[in-house]
Amino acid sequence: MNILMAMFGAVSQGLVWATLALGVYITFRILNFADMSCEGSFALGGSVSAVLMVNIGVNPFMTVIVATLAGMVAGAITGILHTKLKIPAILSGILTMIGLYSINLRIMGQANTSLIGQTTMITIIRKILPTPEVLGIKDSTLQTWVVLAIGLVFTVAVIGLIYWYFGTEIGCCIRATGNNETMVRAQGVNTDVMKILGLVISNGLIALSGALVTQSQGFADVKMGVGAIVIGLASIVIGEVIFLRPRNFASRLLSIMIGSVIYRMIIALVLQLGLNTDDLKLFTAIVVAIALSIPTLKKNRAATRKGAV
Amino acid sequence: MLKITDLYKTFNPGTVNEKQVLKGVDLELKDKDFVTVIGGNGAGKSTILNMIAGVHYPDKGSIVLEDEDITYIPEYKRAKYLGRVFQDPMMGTASNMAIEENLALAYRRGDRRGFAWGITKEEKEIYVDKLKELDLGLEDRLTTKVGLLSGGQRQALTLLMAALRKPKLLLLDEHTAALDPKTAEKVLKLSEQIISDNALTALMVTHNMKNAIQYGNRLIMMYDGRIIYDVSGEEKRNLKVNDLLEKFQSVSGGEFANDRMMLS
Repeated sequence: MNILMAMFGAVSQGLVWATLALGVYITFRILNFADMSCEGSFALGGSVSAVLMVNIGVNPFMTVIVATLAGMVAGAITGILHTKLKIPAILSGILTMIGLYSINLRIMGQANTSLIGQTTMITIIRKILPTPEVLGIKDSTLQTWVVLAIGLVFTVAVIGLIYWYFGTEIGCCIRATGNNETMVRAQGVNTDVMKILGLVISNGLIALSGALVTQSQGFADVKMGVGAIVIGLASIVIGEVIFLRPRNFASRLLSIMIGSVIYRMIIALVLQLGLNTDDLKLFTAIVVAIALSIPTLKKNRAATRKGAV
Repeated sequence: MLKITDLYKTFNPGTVNEKQVLKGVDLELKDKDFVTVIGGNGAGKSTILNMIAGVHYPDKGSIVLEDEDITYIPEYKRAKYLGRVFQDPMMGTASNMAIEENLALAYRRGDRRGFAWGITKEEKEIYVDKLKELDLGLEDRLTTKVGLLSGGQRQALTLLMAALRKPKLLLLDEHTAALDPKTAEKVLKLSEQIISDNALTALMVTHNMKNAIQYGNRLIMMYDGRIIYDVSGEEKRNLKVNDLLEKFQSVSGGEFANDRMMLS
């Protein structure tokens, strides 16, 4: 029973974190850009959402939109550092990430902001629903259901949006830019603008995920983005392993959502099996390193079989 | 229609790798000219094409295309006037994208990209017709990823993309050098056909003297950053590989045509 509850919680967690994975997918897989700024923009989304609710009493749904916009600005900064000022991709992201650490502290005025007793998306929805006693379930179960529903609605909406956007003329140019910049420029497209656009969308989605996670866990923390890129990558590669050959863009996006859920289930499982939470990041890093090296290892093995040394 | 005046370019100035690649190049193309450019390694052939395309800016000189000075216009902005095919078959297409998606990108060359759907049903019919003309069976593989095509197929597709929106000038940068001789021959034939069908003005860089003589109405030979020989019309038609070799030896002071300048 205990493990079933843990799995149920993992599914809801996976869904609120799925938007992060989708954002990482846009930079890492579509743009071919390892964007470290996502660690900062994830915490930025959380900080902005929390502070707007706690300090100003803004509608929780509205805070998600503002958080997304803040993330988009962060993405634009990384993009400008990289394209206009020619700073290497990885370093541009790191600079934004480090800068955002201070900015997030400034926004919150402290290292974390608690949402206890605050109106969040979850409390608003729970107000509409019958009480747990009436439904005959535990309070925590209802809480998980609400988080799950919010995660699902946002993730499906974001998948729809990404699917539409990357099918448009601009979206096609962004995809092609990640593939072959020379060709895209030869077709009369400003690749700098395409990269910036991709980073803007990606970081917007990642900040959105940060806001959702903050509201579902009941606090924002300046360190909540640490390892975000690895968690996003883990979701992507798990999705790729499960689906093997996603037939089209829609199923690829869906595979990332499912990958995010499975990642949380794996984490819940190893924690149940007694893994120390301190070791979690190392565990994730090892899983992602192995998953990313599988294609190379396979190629090497095939070469060895053919007689190469 | 294209007027290049006194073009100079030095790469890596002030370093040990400093190399002056263009030393005052003047070149004027007439409408519907099909010019082949020949020369050894480092003669500056590809650099000229890259200057016209805007990949590099010259240190000195000007490039005027149909009365517009494009010398310092960014590459992506002048792309609307130019069709380009590269030496590396991987360069002209996006390998992770479908044949039809690549064509759709080329079909919008020079247009503002908006939120309209990236590819429409009507244009797919155009692509099928155009691909049929290539006679490679690609018309049945619209959704195939370009990465799965052979080098020759990719170059043929790139050619088609370059001419899909009629360019003012077609730039072919040794576009058959990476292909096997038979495929190279096919792609060259196709290039000639596309150029004549669309009445294009074209500049084709090649290492192959025979091809340089066989194709086009004018031939230019480059050596050490300068144009050293320029023939057209009757004189070009009567040109033989031996004539080119002699010419090359006389200007280079006995240095023999190197192995990359194929003699056949």
